[in-house]
Amino acid sequence: MAKTPTPLSKEFLKGLWNENPILRMLLGLCPTLAVTNSAINGLSMGLATTFALLCSSILISLLRKIIPSQVRIAGYIVIIATFVTVADKFLAAYLPEISKALGPYVPLIVVNCIILGRQEAFSSKNGVGRSIIDALGMGSGFILVLLVLGSIRELFGSATIFNLQILGDWFNPWMIMILPPGAFLTLGLLIGLGNWLNERKVKI
Amino acid sequence: MNDIIKENDNNITEEKVVPQKKPDPRSKLAKPERMLVLNSSPHLHTTKSVHKIMWSVIIALIPAMAMSFYYFGVRAGLMILTCVVATLSTELVMNFMKGEKITISDGSAIITGILLALTLPPTFRLSSAVLGAVVAISLGKHIFGGLGYNIFNPALLGRAFLQASFPVAMTTWSNPITLKYSAIDAVSTATPLGAFKFEKILTDYSDLFFGNIGGSLGETSAIAILIGGIFLLILKNADWRIPLSFIGSVFLLGSIFWLFNPNQYPDPIFHLLSGGLLFGAFFMATDMVTSPITPKGGWIFGAGAGILVIIIRLFGGLPEGVMFSILLMNGVTPLINRYTRPRIFGESRK
Repeated sequence: MAKTPTPLSKEFLKGLWNENPILRMLLGLCPTLAVTNSAINGLSMGLATTFALLCSSILISLLRKIIPSQVRIAGYIVIIATFVTVADKFLAAYLPEISKALGPYVPLIVVNCIILGRQEAFSSKNGVGRSIIDALGMGSGFILVLLVLGSIRELFGSATIFNLQILGDWFNPWMIMILPPGAFLTLGLLIGLGNWLNERKVKI
Repeated sequence: MNDIIKENDNNITEEKVVPQKKPDPRSKLAKPERMLVLNSSPHLHTTKSVHKIMWSVIIALIPAMAMSFYYFGVRAGLMILTCVVATLSTELVMNFMKGEKITISDGSAIITGILLALTLPPTFRLSSAVLGAVVAISLGKHIFGGLGYNIFNPALLGRAFLQASFPVAMTTWSNPITLKYSAIDAVSTATPLGAFKFEKILTDYSDLFFGNIGGSLGETSAIAILIGGIFLLILKNADWRIPLSFIGSVFLLGSIFWLFNPNQYPDPIFHLLSGGLLFGAFFMATDMVTSPITPKGGWIFGAGAGILVIIIRLFGGLPEGVMFSILLMNGVTPLINRYTRPRIFGESRK
């Protein structure tokens, strides 16, 4: 594979823009669309996913020579599920309101394409350090998009961001923005904006 | 990973595929005895232009606009003006962003503005109406590539956006200013259909026909819509099959349910005259861009929309279903076009 090792900074930054899991690769769209009706929900979903991604990347990277390739997907799923359960129980115990708001989407992180995709494409072929950097980069990219998406939807849908009143009383909240159509519209426009910026060679 | 991506990038060289000219397969066939008119899409055999069609639609909307002005006063004029200005400005901004020729003079944006305004409740906030107009033109039309490429009727898309955004304001109706006795509180789509049967049916019919009822600005007066609609049909700027099959299927299904249980379901005349059915059938469903191009497709389109209207009105959660039924049928229009494509002369049935 990698004959000349790519610099670690690049490994991190690719998750933010060039291989951003949502804007560029369109992975993990289910939680992206479902839970971003407010900024706090988007952020907590991003953090939970990043936790699961980071921990399972470390473990899989360590075990990459031990797991037989025939059963690797099953192995990955078991490892991912372990950490997702940890995240789920943590949220339920310490942040019950957020846990309730996220509903079934925390347990569903197990089948998140981003996590499985990174394990298959990266952690199973690279060392621990590199995998950590990759997981952090991908996780940050995911958090960033979820945060932006959640903020936009919350701003227009309830005139607040993180429950702080941003727009005054003159603004009539667009209820559509906190409903599923708002998620699709906003995500579509964000992806369009991303492509537009990319065409203009704006590179991070 | 990165290396693989780089390699792939290098592999993509600029290969220009030269299309090989195939001989026209029809040239092998014997020449037909008489020429057949085949229904393939752009029929450029008239002097019609986008300009003429659009302006004829605007003229056809004048009766409905006049009636809305008569029944709802200055408010109606303000609403129409606001929506038209908003759609035209959005069109201009979109043209500028896309770097294309300015298309505000072709009339389509004006029509979208008028249609949107006429489907809004009289007391609707003007600022929210502007939002609907912006959504209609930007997300309804230009994001798909502009006039002729849009999948959904832009005005209805804008209205659907408003309906989802402001569900309370979109179902708050006021009585027309001519209706001084306000004992009857808006016999409109807003009141549940179950309440209608306690009204005096005869007066309702004439009020429904002339539009002396609460409802969206332009949809209340059946006669104004009929005048405009018939004008459009005479000019052949709308496919007559669509309104006929639309209204016909609503009438037919409505009568079946009415005969089945007259206490529970409203009679078919009420179905026809109430709500936005006539307005939708004549001005929304006949939009050339978003309705099927084949004659058979027109029948299917109208009948499908009519069936959906009855289903939504009688069994759905919303009192009125014309908007969603037309939007849903807009969505299946490409499919209808595909399955009603006429056979080429000599092509065998499968």
